[in-house]
Amino acid sequence: MTCTEFLALLDDLIDDEVTAEMRADLQEHLRGCEHCEVTLSTTRKTIQIYRSHEIYEMPAGLRERLHSAIMSRCKKGC
Amino acid sequence: MATIQPVAGENEQHPDVALVERVRAGDIAAYDELVRKYERQLFRIAQHITQNREDAEDVMQDAFLKAYEKLDQFQGNSKFYTWLVRIAVNESLMRLRKRRTGRMVSLDEDVETDEGSVPRDLADWDPDPEQQYSQAELAEILRKTIQGLPPGFRVVFTLRDVDGLSTEETAETLGLSIPAVKSRLLRARLQLRERLTRYFRRRKASTTKGGTK
Repeated sequence: MTCTEFLALLDDLIDDEVTAEMRADLQEHLRGCEHCEVTLSTTRKTIQIYRSHEIYEMPAGLRERLHSAIMSRCKKGC
Repeated sequence: MATIQPVAGENEQHPDVALVERVRAGDIAAYDELVRKYERQLFRIAQHITQNREDAEDVMQDAFLKAYEKLDQFQGNSKFYTWLVRIAVNESLMRLRKRRTGRMVSLDEDVETDEGSVPRDLADWDPDPEQQYSQAELAEILRKTIQGLPPGFRVVFTLRDVDGLSTEETAETLGLSIPAVKSRLLRARLQLRERLTRYFRRRKASTTKGGTK
C-alpha cells in the first residue's frame, strides 16, 4: 500500500468504517511509515481537540431573549 | 477508534419526537426543552458560517422561531435536530448573502484551496499540546485555525466531527452529495491538522533558532 492509498482511506479508518482485512493492510503500512503514523495520530488529535473545546460560547442573555421571543410568538399563535 | 453509535434502534422513538408532539399539543415548555438542548450547537453552526457574532445571534433566534412556526411541516422521517440545522444553515447563508450585497453564497461550491489533501508538514505534536496554552489562548488558536477554511468545509467538519452527525445526515442537512461531504471532511481534517501543527509541533530540546516564523 502506498501513502496516497493510505490517505484515501484515512477518514474511513478514523471513523472505524473499514473491514478487518482492510484494517490489517492499513496497520501493515503504518508499521513501516512514520509519516502516515504521524498524520493519523495528529488528525485524530485535531478532531478530539475541537470536540472537547467549545470555541464559540453563547453570549450571555441570548437564551433569555430567545425565550421571550418564543413566548411572545406563542401568545399570538397558540 | 472512537465512533458515534446510533442512539436508538429502529423501533425506538427518538425522545425529540415526543417533545415535538407535546409542542404540537400546545405545551410551550416542551419547546423550551428542545431549545435548551440544541441552542449551543445552533449558535456554533451559525457562527461558523457567518463568522459574525451578531448574525449568529440573529440566525439562532430566527431559526428557532421559524422551526416553531413550521413545526407542522416536520415529518419525523428525519431527526428533529437535522431538520433544525437545515433551517439554521439556510438562515446563515441568507445572512451571508445580505452582507455580501446579494452575491450568491452556497455551501455547494467545490472550493479549491491552495492547500491540497496531501500533508506537507509532518512534524509530530507534543504529547499534550493543550497544556502549553491557557483555555482562552487555546480557544483563540482553534478559532483562528478553523476560520481559515472555506465555510463549506467548516460546517461539514462541525456537523460530522463536533456534533457527531453521520455522513448521510450531514449530506441531507446541507443538501450535498455523500462524496462531496466525504471529500470536504477529509480536506477539512487534514488542513486543520496541518495548521494546528504550527502551534503544537514537538519542540526540539536543544536548538532555539530564534522565533517561530
